[in-house]
Amino acid sequence: MSNWALILYCGLITYLTRFSMIALIKKEMFNDRIREILSFVPSAIFPAIIFPTIFINERGLFEIDDNPKILAAIIAMFIGIFSRSIIATIFSGLASYWFLIFVV
Amino acid sequence: MKSNLKVFLKGIIDVSPLMIPVIPFGLIFGVLAIDVGFTPIETMAMSLIIFGGASQIVLLQLFSGGASSLVIISSVGAVNSRHLLYGAVVSEHLSDLKFIWKIIISYFLIDQAFAISNEYLKKNKDHNRYFHLVGGGATCWVIWQSTTFLGIILGAAIPEKLGLSFAVPLTFLALLVNDFRKFINVIVIIISGLVATFGYNYIPFKAYVIVAALAGLFTAMILTRKNKKA
Repeated sequence: MSNWALILYCGLITYLTRFSMIALIKKEMFNDRIREILSFVPSAIFPAIIFPTIFINERGLFEIDDNPKILAAIIAMFIGIFSRSIIATIFSGLASYWFLIFVV
Repeated sequence: MKSNLKVFLKGIIDVSPLMIPVIPFGLIFGVLAIDVGFTPIETMAMSLIIFGGASQIVLLQLFSGGASSLVIISSVGAVNSRHLLYGAVVSEHLSDLKFIWKIIISYFLIDQAFAISNEYLKKNKDHNRYFHLVGGGATCWVIWQSTTFLGIILGAAIPEKLGLSFAVPLTFLALLVNDFRKFINVIVIIISGLVATFGYNYIPFKAYVIVAALAGLFTAMILTRKNKKA
């Protein structure tokens, strides 16, 4: 598939998830149980991107020793939990990462 | 009743604080897209056509890992399933609108606009209250397109040594800050993360994102059901 087709299909599926509930489906079809499960979608899907990018290196190997990303991510997580700030989480993580690779 | 413009402007003002993290997110997307081999025009088209940060980053992540198109598209669909929830929640406020407005508003139904407009829509009953959602969405649209553009231009100037790609997991981590305080969410996060990490090399077709997400949702289903019975 060409890059353009890939972009179009990804755009289409993104749009349809936004559009379908607004325009096509009656809200009665959505009970509380389904809403409750859907509220867990971010918790279920974002770690699937976070964990491998931290623990697995470019060659596809599991990397725990000498991996500054782990400590930086843990620091960012605690800053995030206490500050509840998206921006503080991102910047504390980047700052700790740079500190670990350039200074330590 | 307030004028359409006033409601639109209120949407812009309310969403503004949430735009601060969108700026580095857009820059990072622009830089990374060029880095993994998309042309500047394709990169810009992604932001215009998809207009969803998480979707676009997942696309890049899997594309650079050599995943097939089918896996990329279904992973993007899985990431987007949270929009079904947003749509279901706001649809009751939009039910009287003309179909054309529903088509337009759907394009702007993004995390940040949903977060602020959901509150506004609940409190206001004016006919034109949906302009709030359009104001928030349009603000994010402008920021997202301009930071993507800046990222494309700056890309070459940012040294690879800075490890900006590390900002990707950090951005997703930041979207979970409120979930770390809830016990069931933490379990779901750990299950999904472990399945993705250990399945990375073993789950075929790079489908680890989908498999891990399903494992996480399944865990959530079991844990919330037990909760109710107790």
